[in-house]
Amino acid sequence: MTPDLSSLRDRVFSDGAKAGSLPVMRTAFPFAAIVGQDQMKLALSIAAVDPSVGGVLVFGDRGTGKSTAVRALAAVLPEIEAADCLYHCDPARPDEACETCRGKAKPRRARKSLMRPVPVVDLPLGATEDRIVGALDLERALSAGEKRFEPGLLAKAHRGFLYIDEINLLEDHLVDLLLDVAASGENVVEREGLSVRHPARFVLIGSGNPEEGELRPQLLDRFGLSVEVKTPEDLKTRITVIKRRDAFERDPTGFVAEFEAETAALRQQISAARQRLGDVEVSDESLEKAAQLSIRLGTDGLRGELTLMRAARALAALKGDAAVLWPHLAELAPLALSHRLRRDPLDEAGSTIRVARALGDLAAA
Amino acid sequence: MSALRPLAVNDGPATGSLESKPDDGHALWLEAVRALALLAVDPGIGLRLAGRTGPVQRTALEHFNKMMPAGVPSRKMPAGTGEAALLGGLDLPASLAKKTPVLERGLIAAADGGILIAAMAERMTAEAAGLIGLALDRGCVSLERDGMSATIEARIGVLALDEGFEPDEAPPPALCERLGLWLSLDGADPRGVSNPIASAKAITAARRRLPGLRAGDAAIETLCQAAMAFGIVSLRAPHLAIRAALASAALAGRAQPDGSDVETAIRLVLLPRAVTLPEMPAEPQPDEADTPPETLDTPPSDDKPAETDASKTDADPQALETPDDVTLDAAAVRLPEDLLRALLARARPPLSRGAGCGRRGAFAARARRGRVVGTRPGDPRRERLDLIATLRAAAPWQPIHRARQAEFRAETQPEPQPHRLDIRAADLRVRRYKGKAETATIFAVDASGSAALARLAEAKGAVERILAECYVRRDRVALVAFRGTRADVLLTETKSLTRAKRSLAALPAGGGTPLASGILSALDLAKSAAREGRTPLITLLTDGRANIARNGAAGRPQATQDAHDAARAVRSANIAGLVIDLSQRPSPEARQVAEAMGARYLALPRADSAALAAAVATTPRGVAGQRTVP
Repeated sequence: MTPDLSSLRDRVFSDGAKAGSLPVMRTAFPFAAIVGQDQMKLALSIAAVDPSVGGVLVFGDRGTGKSTAVRALAAVLPEIEAADCLYHCDPARPDEACETCRGKAKPRRARKSLMRPVPVVDLPLGATEDRIVGALDLERALSAGEKRFEPGLLAKAHRGFLYIDEINLLEDHLVDLLLDVAASGENVVEREGLSVRHPARFVLIGSGNPEEGELRPQLLDRFGLSVEVKTPEDLKTRITVIKRRDAFERDPTGFVAEFEAETAALRQQISAARQRLGDVEVSDESLEKAAQLSIRLGTDGLRGELTLMRAARALAALKGDAAVLWPHLAELAPLALSHRLRRDPLDEAGSTIRVARALGDLAAA
Repeated sequence: MSALRPLAVNDGPATGSLESKPDDGHALWLEAVRALALLAVDPGIGLRLAGRTGPVQRTALEHFNKMMPAGVPSRKMPAGTGEAALLGGLDLPASLAKKTPVLERGLIAAADGGILIAAMAERMTAEAAGLIGLALDRGCVSLERDGMSATIEARIGVLALDEGFEPDEAPPPALCERLGLWLSLDGADPRGVSNPIASAKAITAARRRLPGLRAGDAAIETLCQAAMAFGIVSLRAPHLAIRAALASAALAGRAQPDGSDVETAIRLVLLPRAVTLPEMPAEPQPDEADTPPETLDTPPSDDKPAETDASKTDADPQALETPDDVTLDAAAVRLPEDLLRALLARARPPLSRGAGCGRRGAFAARARRGRVVGTRPGDPRRERLDLIATLRAAAPWQPIHRARQAEFRAETQPEPQPHRLDIRAADLRVRRYKGKAETATIFAVDASGSAALARLAEAKGAVERILAECYVRRDRVALVAFRGTRADVLLTETKSLTRAKRSLAALPAGGGTPLASGILSALDLAKSAAREGRTPLITLLTDGRANIARNGAAGRPQATQDAHDAARAVRSANIAGLVIDLSQRPSPEARQVAEAMGARYLALPRADSAALAAAVATTPRGVAGQRTVP
């Protein structure tokens, strides 16, 4: 049941050419070379440290580096150990939902596994449901009469990130489906006579431009963190952005090498933060502060507080702090709470301002 | 703006000036040739070439083909090309026939190192644009189909032929954003122009020079400044402008882009995207705008001041020196003043039409979800396979196929093969869906001075209220305003409340009541919404006192007649309507319009916009709701 990736090389295009010399790896723009956009970088780093924070929503104009940042993410994430199964499960903790790995926890030495980069999967706008959840393998069904499941993008994103550009333009039912799978960590397929269940734990990253359509309000608060990106307003920053992009396109390898030290430092920081995460102390006092903040802002449900707490813990871990303190909460409150405020759809006065005000009140109290 | 040729109310973008000024036609043509040459040098810049099919476009493409060095692939992408054709995958019929997997190379991968020419790009689906955008961003395509997974090199350039004609027809914004050069062929005249630019040889030489070229800091700075001055938010634009400047320098054999290359880049990349054009006339203020109908012969402030052919030579320098040029000054630091003026005169904003709100054409209307209403023969790579129906279709043929194969086998190989289902391409069945109809509410707001001024604020409140309802229901909204002599589409269909609210807030009032034009504009939008499978509803807010006829002439009887004709057109199109009377007390005029439209009539209740929102929500919708999409 292993995917037959190598066989592609032998296959023949209908125009006679061979599909050889594959696969190609394109160099991504280095994460460390992104100018400004600190909030977006912070949100992504936190999701990398603690995926349970929930997805990240990035809203802003076109051409502000949203896609660049997400695609750059893979390079700063430590590689993962993957079992030899369809879904690249973690051999140390085999997933119950994976047919191959179920109940096969093995000691480190006995495992046949490989190291691979964390998947960052791009979901192109307009991808069909088949492609996302997976479907009946038509080739097998037709040629061999065999009923086999062909995993989709959700399977590919397992243990990594699923990036959806223009999520606000994605069909509503697909957004529902993605959020549902992201929350449950499992993809259940019941179609065309197939009945398949497979693990799909990933961090959903959505981006879009609100001018072209908004995300349904019900969906907003299912994302853990939200960030608004703006195009840099001052000429100097813009020029730096353009120059770096130009340098990158001219010589991708050289440019990446130039930032390798910073990338490595970042990778180290994230990996260290992951290990520290469990030891970061969350005092009752900070829990209370987070609760007070949520009450003051009138956010619905407990999801906001929970996310704020988790994100603050990840931030403390990133910074190497031993406990979650007020500055951590204050730094993350706009990211974790501003999209959860009940809002008047016609009120343009930013919810960010309301969060800032509540923070000010609490800090003074 | 007074130097511009006055435009008739319903003047099409391309008419009129075509024959009048051969010099301008030639200049435009040369500009187009230059853009094509830059694209040939560095395809990655991308070109959005607007203009309808015809001899000019054909000549331009022939020209381009001649310029392209031999061996550079060029693939044509017809309108409506689907994902399978773009990405490639399993060639199902061939695979079935050969009984071994045969891969089909997708269009994007096939154009690697060359050009993908997208015909009728305004019809391109968001899906296709998304895939092309991904390839442009990453230089490769990921093939994740039919059990195969591969990454294939695809460093492509895109030439999008934007044949959009209506203001709301434009290629998907995700694509436009990534195409550097924007140019319109409207008015270009290739006749009698000798080709001064590049042969394939010159292009090849320029391509060789290109990797060695580097943009100086000054050039980069100028382009960034210019982009900011034009209010261009995206950072892709200045980046693409740099590439254009480099290509231009390579073509000219310069070691570094100089002023003229930068100018070319600004003209072809930045200017067409400009959001704040310094020459744009300020919006008339409501208090000063109550124009009496007598002043009709002043040119209406068209939002396409760009019948450039006329403005280029005749533009009054005075017109450019509007006082609020603060943003421009930043750019003027580096750009010589006369250059700036020349650039502004050439501004061709038609290309910015719908740049942020492009809609897909009818090709997108095919529902991919919803209730299954049947099956039909089709290609499972493009639509969902219906396995049961496929098997049922194949079943009767099994004995025949088997007998044939037995015959064949008897001749070639003796040993019998196990029984297998034999499915041919013709047996494949796909599902037909009946899509869930979305609703599009089209507001036509009377912003005339006559009666509306008194209650326009209330009308705005009412519309905002309805918008809030639409937001909850996820309806789409569009906004038409009519005043003076014409109707303007302020907002093409959108789901964005922010935009709707913004354009509503900026709505000026005053002038006559061109009711007929208003209704017809709304009808156009409603029809295109219906074509795309949405259910339109026209909400007309007016006092019904029409005094400007369809042709823009003043006069109450003709205007009323026209308005009623227009209203009847709505009725015969079977589009649901709602007329909200804006007059101080309920008037017979508005009621008559409502009757002619076959619409519900509602007097604007005093300060109670909630009742209005409720009315919109309960108005029955017509047509598209029952449509079955194949």
